[in-house]
Amino acid sequence: MTKTAHTAGRRPGAHPAVPPAPAPPPATGRRRRRPTDQVRAHAFLLGGLLCFALFSWYPAIRAVVIAFQTYTPGSPPAWAGTANFTRVLHDPEFTAAWRNTLAFTLLALLLGFAVPFLLALVLNELRHARAFFRIVVYLPVMIPPVVSALLWKWFYDPGAGLANETLRLLHLPTSNWTNGTGTALVSLVLVATWANMGGTVLVYLAALQSIPGELYEAAELDGAGLLQRVRHVTVPQTRFVILMLMLLQIIATMQVFTEPFVITGGGPENATVTVLYLIYKYAFLYNDFGGACALSVMLLVLLGAFSAGYLRLTRSEGDA
Amino acid sequence: MNSTRTLVSPAALARPRGKAVYWTVFTAVVVLFALAFLFPVYWMVTGALKSPDEVARTPPTLAPEHWHLGGYTDAWNLMQLPQHLLNTVVQAAGAWACQLVFCTAAAYSLSKLRPAFGKAVLGGILATLMVPAQALLVPKYLTVADLPLIHTSLLDDPLAIWLPAAANAFNLYLLKRFFDQLPRDVLEAAEIDGAGPLRILWSVVLPMSRPVLGVVSIFALVAVWQDFLWPLMVFSDTGRQPISVALVQLSQNIQLTVLIAAMVIASIPMVALFLVFQRHIIAGISAGSTKG
Repeated sequence: MTKTAHTAGRRPGAHPAVPPAPAPPPATGRRRRRPTDQVRAHAFLLGGLLCFALFSWYPAIRAVVIAFQTYTPGSPPAWAGTANFTRVLHDPEFTAAWRNTLAFTLLALLLGFAVPFLLALVLNELRHARAFFRIVVYLPVMIPPVVSALLWKWFYDPGAGLANETLRLLHLPTSNWTNGTGTALVSLVLVATWANMGGTVLVYLAALQSIPGELYEAAELDGAGLLQRVRHVTVPQTRFVILMLMLLQIIATMQVFTEPFVITGGGPENATVTVLYLIYKYAFLYNDFGGACALSVMLLVLLGAFSAGYLRLTRSEGDA
Repeated sequence: MNSTRTLVSPAALARPRGKAVYWTVFTAVVVLFALAFLFPVYWMVTGALKSPDEVARTPPTLAPEHWHLGGYTDAWNLMQLPQHLLNTVVQAAGAWACQLVFCTAAAYSLSKLRPAFGKAVLGGILATLMVPAQALLVPKYLTVADLPLIHTSLLDDPLAIWLPAAANAFNLYLLKRFFDQLPRDVLEAAEIDGAGPLRILWSVVLPMSRPVLGVVSIFALVAVWQDFLWPLMVFSDTGRQPISVALVQLSQNIQLTVLIAAMVIASIPMVALFLVFQRHIIAGISAGSTKG
């Protein structure tokens, strides 16, 4: 591939980890700076700029403004102070939504993090059928999220669902899956992990392949066993990628919506209501856009902190 | 592939015991991958071929006893899949075109035309990368429902997908970085020959940017095709919904085999795109990580 493709393939929302481009050569002194040049330059910029202004910058400001207003479309907004925040905070679903979102993120991190790392570690040792593994592991990522959610909803069916059939085949006790308050969230994490694992595995694989073989050789000469080599060579060498993916995954899973909406509808007993789902409910079920924006601002602040951490990380590594 | 050594040394693998362990692990991984990633897809494709009775039967059958294509034809006809697929194609194609036109022009301007306040604009664009997209959906919805100044609504209009898609900081940044690396003297030579900025962009910059344009195109198409929450918000008119939204809306009161068939049909375009471009897509993802 050419130089460009090196940031390709990150899923939407993933940020690039590009090495800094070489500084452009200083402008030649006699470069014209006529007004017509400026007009042209801005004409090229205009379309994109308008889209950003309308659909990124303005909504960001508006989220904060509406969070402090009583807002229903059609009637003029009125200032409400912090009423939206207090109302939202006293909603019993609020606690459930945040607890579920954090639990989902933690579980997804545990599963969607350890499993792909182990898989990549093993795959990197295999000498055959590499292309097959890479295609197959990424296949679920290309299946539309709605389809994987519906597919697993069918698997989890308490009657003839594949999940319970498999358990019966192995003579194991069956589970309630998405119908049990205790198991519903875990079931959703399984779906999300299955659907998204491919990208993580591929990034890990690439990171593993960039580890110089001499390090392993030296460690082996020093008498390091297999696990010690993983601990003292593999993990430190991939530290940056591990950290980067962890932050990206936290940012992504905190915004989970499709799985709970499609598979459980937030139930049973609010066991799978997530923050984004609650935002959706406030806006489109309760018609309470002030409350929805108050929740959005909370999510924004929390995830903004993680994004800042991510950017700092990539930047500092880029400079190193 | 790569000949450098990995965690396990080649010498250890060459020993009889190493060989035995290697082939055991290899077989285990092949079986695991087939079960975990291929089998669900197989189950979906064949599930739609079973009769409604067979699909609900316990224990389930591994392969359909009789092949019923009825699931697929019913899904195609009853669920108005052609309409929803067409909607999705229109939405994805428009979003792709908007992104290419607006992002390329803006990136070219920021990279080569040196507009006043260009740095500030770029900073503002990159800052949007820090903002979690989903947290802005509600105010974005309100903006689309009642555009400022002109007070029109884009709800139920493909423009509600197209225009916001153009505000893609990641793709714009990708394009700008690529344009930054293009040799300045080529562009200056074209300028001396009397070409204007549009001509330079069209005849010099774009032909040199094929790889990055390909990457941006794949991103744009996949993103729209896979999206669910945003189209769910902006399309209340059933006839205009993309396939992802329609599937969920129709999943309540439709026969299971028909729904499964519809799910397969909805997946085919993206899976086909992946199989055709898998080399580029996988190389891109793999290279996305930098060395630590």
